[in-house]
Amino acid sequence: MSLDTVKHAAETPDAAQPWKELGLKEDEYARIREILGRRPTGAELAMYSVMWSEHCSYKSSKVHLKQFGEKVPANDAMLVGIGENAGVVDVGQGYAVTFKVESHNHPSYIEPYQGAATGIGGIVRDILAMGARPVAVVDPLRFGAADHPDTKRVLPGVVAGIGGYGNCLGLPNIGGEVVFDACYQGNPLVNAGCIGVMKHEDIHLAQASGPGNKVILYGARTGGDGIGGVSVLASETFESTGPAKRPAVQVGDPFQEKLLIECTLEIFKEKLVAGIQDLGGAGLSCATSELASAGSGGMRVELDTVPLRDSSLSPEEILMSESQERMCAIVEPQHVDRFLEICEKWDVIATVIGEVTDGSQLEIFWHGEQIVDVPPRSVAHDGPVYQRPFARPSWQDALQADDAGKLARPANAAELREQVLKLVASPNQASKAWITDQYDRFVQGNTVLAMPEDAGMIRIDAESNLGVALATDGNGRYAKLDPYTGAQLALAESYRNVAASGAKPLAISDCLNFGSPEDPDVMWQFAEATRGLADGCLELGTPVTGGNVSLYNQTGETAIHPTPVVAVLGVIDDVNRRTPVAFAEEGQLLYLLGDTAEEFGGSAWSEVVHQHLGGLPPKVDLAREKLLAEILISGSRDGMIDAAHDLSDGGLIQAVTESCLRGGKGARLVVPDGLDAFTFLFSESAGRAVVAVPRSEELRFTDMCGARGLPVARIGVVDGEEIEIQGEFSIPLSELRTAHEATIPALLA
Amino acid sequence: MTTRIGVVTFPGTLDDQDALRAVRIAGAEPVSLWHRDKDLHQVDAVVLAGGFSYGDYLRAGAISRFSPVMETLIEQAKAGMPVLGICNGFQILTEAHLLPGAMLRNNHLHFICRDQKLRVENAETAWTSDYSSGQEISVPLKNMDGRYTADERTLDELEAEGRVAFRYLDGNPNGSLRDIAGITNAAGNIVGLMPHPEHAVEPLIGTGRTDGLGFFTSIIKKLVNA
Repeated sequence: MSLDTVKHAAETPDAAQPWKELGLKEDEYARIREILGRRPTGAELAMYSVMWSEHCSYKSSKVHLKQFGEKVPANDAMLVGIGENAGVVDVGQGYAVTFKVESHNHPSYIEPYQGAATGIGGIVRDILAMGARPVAVVDPLRFGAADHPDTKRVLPGVVAGIGGYGNCLGLPNIGGEVVFDACYQGNPLVNAGCIGVMKHEDIHLAQASGPGNKVILYGARTGGDGIGGVSVLASETFESTGPAKRPAVQVGDPFQEKLLIECTLEIFKEKLVAGIQDLGGAGLSCATSELASAGSGGMRVELDTVPLRDSSLSPEEILMSESQERMCAIVEPQHVDRFLEICEKWDVIATVIGEVTDGSQLEIFWHGEQIVDVPPRSVAHDGPVYQRPFARPSWQDALQADDAGKLARPANAAELREQVLKLVASPNQASKAWITDQYDRFVQGNTVLAMPEDAGMIRIDAESNLGVALATDGNGRYAKLDPYTGAQLALAESYRNVAASGAKPLAISDCLNFGSPEDPDVMWQFAEATRGLADGCLELGTPVTGGNVSLYNQTGETAIHPTPVVAVLGVIDDVNRRTPVAFAEEGQLLYLLGDTAEEFGGSAWSEVVHQHLGGLPPKVDLAREKLLAEILISGSRDGMIDAAHDLSDGGLIQAVTESCLRGGKGARLVVPDGLDAFTFLFSESAGRAVVAVPRSEELRFTDMCGARGLPVARIGVVDGEEIEIQGEFSIPLSELRTAHEATIPALLA
Repeated sequence: MTTRIGVVTFPGTLDDQDALRAVRIAGAEPVSLWHRDKDLHQVDAVVLAGGFSYGDYLRAGAISRFSPVMETLIEQAKAGMPVLGICNGFQILTEAHLLPGAMLRNNHLHFICRDQKLRVENAETAWTSDYSSGQEISVPLKNMDGRYTADERTLDELEAEGRVAFRYLDGNPNGSLRDIAGITNAAGNIVGLMPHPEHAVEPLIGTGRTDGLGFFTSIIKKLVNA
């Protein structure tokens, strides 16, 4: 086939083009023709198709995401907001932290190992591109039913991929979640988050300014993997009859990425770059158009200089390739030699592929002939925006009317005991150590807390002991019952987890996993969830720094539960003051903080005992969450709390079981006045935590709670080798341990 | 004069910063060594740190073993310079034939990261003299290819000569023959083990124990008293 040059395109306006196969709609293709005043060349069509895909352009979600920029709480910690590779917040002492959560859902279903591995690789490069050293990763994961045969294919592959890539990269994996639900059967959610640390002055942005500056592509060679990944995979529903899409999944090389990290950090240290961007979804199309668009506009690229793994690749394929472990830097001419020298030191291939021009067009040449001549902004930022119709689903009222309060409760103490054991052994509540033990949580030597703690915590300065904490949470069951409240519950839980570790919540990132935006039911869930999250962030004072939207998580007509996953970042001045979850010393007094009501809608109990999902999720009181967080943080700072565990899915008994097993000590509990044992143990009311207080601090602690108006009830003491609910039942720790720890290995090992 | 302990960075080494920090906490001067540089910069001892040098491609440690820095290191180790190989460092030492045997993929085929209990079987090496023989310690273990293997004759020799330096307790995490977690050469200057003592040197970090600090204090005492 002859080369489709700009000149040729202008001369052959009627040539048929595969816009449909590339995922573009008819009106989108017409708009491209209008922008260019001619038909696009093959290379231009390739660029627009990937950049205007749902994954890159957020065309369905944009109108709702706007709220995150509009409802911004007064918070002076924010240094870089939404729109860059990742947001940046000030954590004090001259340090800035960047963090973000992203999805790699669709690739991970098709090819679990590589899908999950390259998900880690992509988020790490996003963080690196901000100028930061990546210091930790987290992985919120959701799979189909734990006992479904396909889960045994997907989960071990995903876990091995995360471990295989992350471990080899030298980043501690400090948190995340693993949730099972039949709704994720054909659409597992593989989200990945990363934290990076830098000094304020080291923040880098993705922009190409200064005519004459060189465009350097460095890292791995470009291959045929992942071509059209974003448009084909992330933006379309799976059909069982469709052709195999395996070649669209990228293949990762963590060793190359490790070199890329060290090499890039050394380049940053010598201040050699004027702008930088990682190559992720949409590859070179994205990097060149975004860099140019955010800069002065003009860029000229000689595409035939790109180092290839496969010399037969066409220019269109090179532009669309999502080969991993590549970065694109804008470098002033006098720094180019030194830049290349550092790359050589780290055995990283680096090539000058073009330069910034004083024009306004992105121009790409192939052996001297021009194949792209576009306004970069039209590719990168002026993609279509849809006002997708949305409406409250017809089934929503019936679902909410199906109250969990009417479910049969345990009739006696023996049944209650049995249900406790059943709960802590259920796949969602069981220990995930079999999974998390496949991740390195110690590397870099700064891990203060890691799973199964409430939040992961990393020391970022060994002199001052300044640290950051990160927790991720999301509960699709709650969000299905009420997406607005469900999103706020995800935010509240993550916020509470960070506070329970002793850190002060600062800002959030989110990964919004939903079904098809073409379904008005799903779009309503999305609209409600984003509204809930934006309102919640405004009230809690934690801005959204960035994040990711993953749509089309559905098979046929069936969408996943709406699953907004929220990551809250916190800061702690002295990591010595961190609060673990373990009840480790006999005699510690146990206090329940917050109010407990009969709230079982979407609860773990209703799922495990009755396979039920209906009613309303727990109520949200964000003012209460704020107060609880203040108490937890003060308690940690002033040495009044030895341990703390937030209460969420599974309720109090789940939290106490985890804390007892972690510390190897039992507990004797008394049901507080005004509550029945069942509600005490299983209710999932929000805004609560259980804390272990040393006897010497009891008065000081309860006085503080009293003075600030936080309800507090003494519920027992750390003691013995069993969990005893006075007047009801007791269970030896050994029996709880077996129940809690045997489930996952039995299903998956 | 301060003791100088070098830590080599190969492409893909991950725990070099941790090892440098452990050296500093123990009271010696940490010195970064680069794989392409043959010069050991007058260090008194060398740590080969953990990680995935060259991505563990081909075989863990197989490519690093041919690095320029290793030429000098092999020569000097044979002449008595203390060398500690941790995890990937241990793999490199076996690939370089400074220690016998080899590491295979864990018998359960998964990466494993956990707090691991060990028994110090030989407290007379350059790197273990601050422990007592039979002492039980806990340090993090994290690897994919940690299953120590050697032929029966080599294993018998190691046992007979007291060269099994560490053994796994409370469950063999990877199928290592005879529960071997680490070994030493006959002279006691070269020690290799799969678990990570450099991750257990600060009370706050990692497992919350400092059981690994003894490796670094042992070598400093040995060098100061030499």
